[in-house]
This record gives sequence, structure tokens and C-alpha cells, in this order.
Amino acid sequence: MELTAKQQARNIAREIDLGAMGRGVSKLDIAEETTCLEVKDFNLFYGDKQALHGINMKIAKNRVTAFIGPSGCGKSTLLRCFNRMNDLIDSVSINGQMLLEGSDLNAPSVNVADLRRQVGMVFQKPNPFPKTIYENVAYGLRLQGVNDRATLDKVVEQSLKGAALWDEVKDRLNESAMGMSGGQQQRLVIARAIAIEPEVLLLDEPASALDPLSTLKIEELIHELKDKYTIVIVTHNMQQAARVSDYTAFMYMGELIEFGATDSLFTNPSQKQTEDYITGRYG
Amino acid sequence: MSKQSFSTWYKSGSPWVWLNAGAVSISVVMVVGLLLLIAVRGLSHFWPADIMELSYQEPGGEAITLIGEAIETEVVTALRLKMTGVDLPEGQVSAERHLVKVGNRDYFGLDFRWINGPWVGEINYPENLVSVERREWGDFFGYLMEVKQQGKIVASGDDAWAELQKRLERSNNLVFEIKKIEKAEIGNINHGLEELRLRTRRLELDGVAAGSVQHLEIEQERKQWDVQYAGLQKQLSDLNMALNRDQMIIKMSDGREVEIPLAKVVEATRPNAMSVWLKIRTYGHEVWKFVSDDPREANTEGGIFPAIFGTVMMVMIMAVLVTPFGVVAAVYLKEYAKQGPMIRLIRIAVNNLAGVPSIVYGVFGLGFFVYYLGGNIDEIFFSAALPAPTFGTPGLMWASLTLAILTVPVVIVATEEGLSRIPRAIREGSLALGATKAETLWRTVLPMAAPAMMTGLILAVARAAGEVAPLMMVGVVKLAPALAVDTIAPYLHLDRQFMHLGFHIYDVGFQSPNVEAARPLVYATAFLLVLIIIVLNMAAISIRNRLRENYKASEG
Repeated sequence: MELTAKQQARNIAREIDLGAMGRGVSKLDIAEETTCLEVKDFNLFYGDKQALHGINMKIAKNRVTAFIGPSGCGKSTLLRCFNRMNDLIDSVSINGQMLLEGSDLNAPSVNVADLRRQVGMVFQKPNPFPKTIYENVAYGLRLQGVNDRATLDKVVEQSLKGAALWDEVKDRLNESAMGMSGGQQQRLVIARAIAIEPEVLLLDEPASALDPLSTLKIEELIHELKDKYTIVIVTHNMQQAARVSDYTAFMYMGELIEFGATDSLFTNPSQKQTEDYITGRYG
Repeated sequence: MSKQSFSTWYKSGSPWVWLNAGAVSISVVMVVGLLLLIAVRGLSHFWPADIMELSYQEPGGEAITLIGEAIETEVVTALRLKMTGVDLPEGQVSAERHLVKVGNRDYFGLDFRWINGPWVGEINYPENLVSVERREWGDFFGYLMEVKQQGKIVASGDDAWAELQKRLERSNNLVFEIKKIEKAEIGNINHGLEELRLRTRRLELDGVAAGSVQHLEIEQERKQWDVQYAGLQKQLSDLNMALNRDQMIIKMSDGREVEIPLAKVVEATRPNAMSVWLKIRTYGHEVWKFVSDDPREANTEGGIFPAIFGTVMMVMIMAVLVTPFGVVAAVYLKEYAKQGPMIRLIRIAVNNLAGVPSIVYGVFGLGFFVYYLGGNIDEIFFSAALPAPTFGTPGLMWASLTLAILTVPVVIVATEEGLSRIPRAIREGSLALGATKAETLWRTVLPMAAPAMMTGLILAVARAAGEVAPLMMVGVVKLAPALAVDTIAPYLHLDRQFMHLGFHIYDVGFQSPNVEAARPLVYATAFLLVLIIIVLNMAAISIRNRLRENYKASEG
């Protein structure tokens, strides 16, 4: 079905309203939320260069938190700290604390693989494995030693349904994932991430490589997923942040400039820099 | 004006296109030309050529009759002919001369003969000329006169041919049976006796006194083997008796009549009487004999099956050894080792290993593998057999190992290349799902790098199959008594020496006394070696393409 630009615009506008309704009319307050992730005086260095400066923030359970800011402001770096993906880079050193459900996730006793099972991640570019659709979704479970066909079947179906992909692929589960469209691949990667039932889902610009329709689908999906997961999303697109998130953090030059409920941050920013950025004066 | 157009032509880039296309076409022409040359020269040898009968009289000499196959013709100058003692008529500057295979080496001394064109008389192709392939002394040409059984004539004249074919089939069956008994059953007994000898020796080493229970047991078993052996010996002598029953009488070109026992005949044909269809069938049969038979007559006759088998065996064992080793080394270098000057040094060293002359690896293999490793293995595991070496002597295992270290750099380089092509996003995707680094490697990275590993293996196989020099030191022989695989446990005998097509080419071509007879075999063997390398490569390439299809990574 071909949609005209006007219809699309109308659809998206309706989506924003629905999003607002979904969040409810009541004002959100971070102080009243259950904390899922907490960052305390967090600094990060690439070699000698400091990339994050004294970050402090709380991320609320079962809410969508968006990180916005210009390129190179450190939002992706911060996101990658939540599941310690930065461990892969030799030159990175950190100090400060990062707590998941109250316990330090950088503590030496923490098993990184276990942590990453709790904190799933979806990357900017869809990165399905060159395996079948089924095996992509089953990957995480097979890692945990689950090889029972019936269990796998069930989880694969649930996850694909959860990622709103089931109807499109149910007849070709055994075909290669490399043959799917970019939008489908990105939803497959989300299905793969939720198959192992993490507590937190980190989305690193999940829609930036996708066309507008696929973007819309991903955004709808984020709405549905937040009932079960705490979601942190990095985005370049301020409209997207406004549409999907409950809380928004604005970062600039490695510092957290402003953090608050999305509605108030966008309509009534307290910092001059935030206002400049969201009104398009720089960035 | 013309300068202008030259510079436009130059700038248009078409000189480069011509240069590149030219380089490619020269390569293609050379490869195809080489293949065609060895294919034509090698494969035409098996065609059942017509046998001619010609009269020949040199000036001042006697008129003689020659029977044989025309092999080749060349034009030589009068001067060269003069040096061989032949004077051409006045005014003639050059003449043709022909190489004729006259066979009957045991009677004529040489089975090839040059004759000079000007004095060749009449040439006939009589249909009843017979070409006999013998087990010894090469081919025999002549007219079949009689077939005899224990000295009594059973057929002569026109009936002799049919009778001969019938009796040849019988004698060939007998030969086959004798061979089976000699190779399999007597081989088995020899193996059993050798075992007993080793057991006795072990008892001696352990200090068990003679006359003990164990010694008596061995004695008992030895007696059983002896009884079996006597039985076989009897069977063999009966078979040999039966085999020696028939003879044939053949008239040679010089009129002498000669008796040939059928036991010595592989087959007899009448090429001049064959239809084209029959010739094609005979050709196929000859080619099949070449690839499936054992060599005879210092490798200048018969087939080359043991060499084919040895080559393929060695390459496959090499592949099995080199792939895991090279892949594991590449994974460490690329994935685990901290990249720095040390690793760079190691990488340079690995790359340079590929440039070391192969004979150096041969010497290393002989010194380290054969004498040091093999010698120690013998002392520890096969001490009873000493001083006769088991592994402390060149053999299949050491040859494969030597070639494996020769080709391991290729596999390492190709695998590293493949590993570095796996996108970072794929690894991160796997790690983000809670996989450890090892799990990510095993489940995602290595399967995706498999086509690159196959590329390395293809290059390794191509190089190993063509290598001869190092093999001469670590296991290849001119004639191996037995294949490396047989029915005696442990079935695969890695300690045995083996034959190899590359070495066979060298041996037949340069170590054989009968140059003319050996030449076509050199071409045929070379063709077969190339064919085997192509087949091995095609197999590997098709596996790689299948893998590529499966792991068509997000390259786009």
C-alpha cells in the first residue's frame, strides 16, 4: 500500500498524540520512580582524553529514557558503559560508580557475560548473524545451554511476536536472516535481545539507518516493550526522543547538561544550552 | 596532430586496458598450451597405433624387414646424417628420419630404432600382425604362428588367434589369483611371524627365560603359521604349474620363430585389424590400466596406481594436520595476542617461512622428524623391533608433517585475513547477548571465517601436491612394496614409505635406462598429477563456495 507524504505525516502526528496518551496525563517525577540504573560521579577516559565528566543520573524502571545531544557528546559511550561494551577497547579507563539494581556493575566479582544477559543491547546498524532467522533468535538461549526444541520454538515465537515480526517471517524461519530488509533485520535483532529476557534494553540509535516506515515500526515497538523492560535509547532525532521517551537526558561535550521528564525538558528547558540545542541553534 | 591524438589515446586509458588484457591472455595461452602439450603427448601414448611392416635397405647394406610402430619423424641435415655415418645422395641437403618402435628388446637389444627416409621401401599394414604386451622385456611384434599346450600344438594358422585369446584369459586369471595369495595371504602370514618375532624379542628384553610358558605359546603359534604357509606354498606351486601350461610361437620380422610363455603375456592385440570403435575401447582400457595397475620394469611399464594413491594420501594427511594447526595459530595471533612489536615480528617470520626453499624443509624433516622424533618414538614404543627402525625412517607420516610445516604459513595468513574481515558489529552483537569471547569465536566468527580458511587450504594443497624435493628425503621411494592402507591392523600405516607422482616423473624421466619408452609416460604422469591437483582444488573450492553461500555475511 502506497502512502502519500501527507497521509504519512498525519499518521506520525497521530502517533505522537497516542504516545502522549500512553504516557498518561500525570506529570512524571524521577524522585517517585523505582530506580533501575544509577550513575554516580562517573568519569571515563580514552587514554588521556576524558570523554565523560562526572555523570550523575538515575534511570527509572520500566520507563523509556532518551539520551540526546550533538555528535561526539558521549551519549553512546555512556550507553555502552551500562553493559560494559567499552571493556573491549583497551585504552578505556573509568572511575565512579554505576549501579544496576543497587549493585556495582563494574565490581570485580561481576561476570560480564551475566551482566550482558541482564542488560541487552541493540546497535545502530542491524547486525544479524549470517544464520537462519530461527537460529538468530535462539542464539542467546543456546549460549545458556538451552537446546530443547520445544522450549526454543516457544521462545522464538514469543520473541518474534514481541518484536512485531512474527507475522512477516513465520513462514520462513529457516531462511537466512541476511535476506531480510533493514527494518526487519533491526526488529530481528531486538527479538534476539529480548529472547533472553533482559531487565534493561539499550538501544543505540536503533532507527538511524532505517527508512521512515521502519522507523515508525521500531518506535511503536519501543512503546510496547516498555511494559516489560527498562529502555535506554540514544538518538539524534529530537522528534523521536519526544515521541518515545518518558525521560530525556541532554548531553554536551561529555557532560550531562540537563535531565528530566521529556515533556518538561522539551517545553520548558531549564538550561540555556538545552534550549539552544532543541531549537536548532547548534548541534 | 598525431602527437595530439597519441596523447589523447594515452590519456583515455586504453593503453592500460590493452596492457592488462594482454597480460591475462598471455597467461591463459601459456597455461592452456602447457596443459594441451602434456595432455596430447601423454594421452596419445595409449592409442593402439597401427603396426607397419617395412622393407629397408641402406646403400651397401642388406635388405631387411622391420615391424613396428611409427613414433615420430624429424628432418635432419645431411651434415648431421654424415656424422652418424650416413651419406645422402649428392645434392640432397636434408632428409627425414623416422623413429620406429620395433619392440622385441630381448632379441634386438634395443626396442627403438632410427631409420632414414630415403631408403625406406614398401610399407604394409598386414591385419594379422600381433602386438604382445609382456610382463617383462616390453612389447613384442610379430606374426602369430601356433599356440601350444605343454609343448604340443593345439592351434595354428587362422585358428591360433581365437585360441590364444581364450588361453590368455585363463592365464591372466591365474596370475591374478597368484598375486592375491602372494600379496594378501602371505603378507598376512609374514605380518603374523613378524609379530611373533617381536614378542620373542620383548620377552628377551624383559628377561623371561627361554622355555617359559610364553615362549612355548609363541612356538605353538609359529607352528600354526608354518602349517598355513606350507599350505599356501603348495597352492601357489600348483597355480604356477597351471600357469606355465601354455605357450605361443611368434615369428619376428627377421624370420626367427620364438616361443613366448603365456604366463609372461598381459595381452595380445591386432591393432591393424581393429575398427575405430574397438580402438577407442582398447584406448580406454589402456588408460584404465595405466591409472589402476602397479608399475613394472623399473617403472617404465605398467601403471602408476601406487603413486596416485601415495600422492592423494599424503596431501590429505597434510591437510588434516595443517588446517587445525594453522587456524589455531591464526586465531591466537589475531584474536588473543596483544598487538605489538613482538606479534609483528612473529607475523613477519611466518610470512617469510613461506619463502624458505622447500629442500630446506626436507633437510629439517629428515633431521628433526625422522631421526630425532622418529628415533625417540622407536626407542619408547617399538624397542622390540630395534635396530630395524619403525618410525625412525622416512615414511608417510613424516612426509605429511614436513609438508604441513611447509604450508602452514599460507593457512595462517589466509585465516588471519578472513578473521580481520569479520565485521566488528557481528562480534559485538554476539558479546551483547552474553557470549564470552571464546563462545563468540566458536559460534560466529570462526564459521564466518571458514571460507577464508578453505582458501588457505586450497593454496596449501596446491603447493603440497606439486612439491617433490623435500619428499625425497622424508618418505618417497621409487617403488613402494605396499600401499599405506591395507587389511592388516591398524589399516593405515603411517610409517610406510610411499610413491609420489612428482617423484615418479623425475624417476621415470631421468633415472630410467629406456629413454624412448619412458618419455610418453613422463607426459602421462605429469598430466595425471596436474589433473589430481585440479580435482583436489575443485573439491576444496566447491566446499568453500558452499560455505560462502551459508555465511554470506553483511558485506553489503
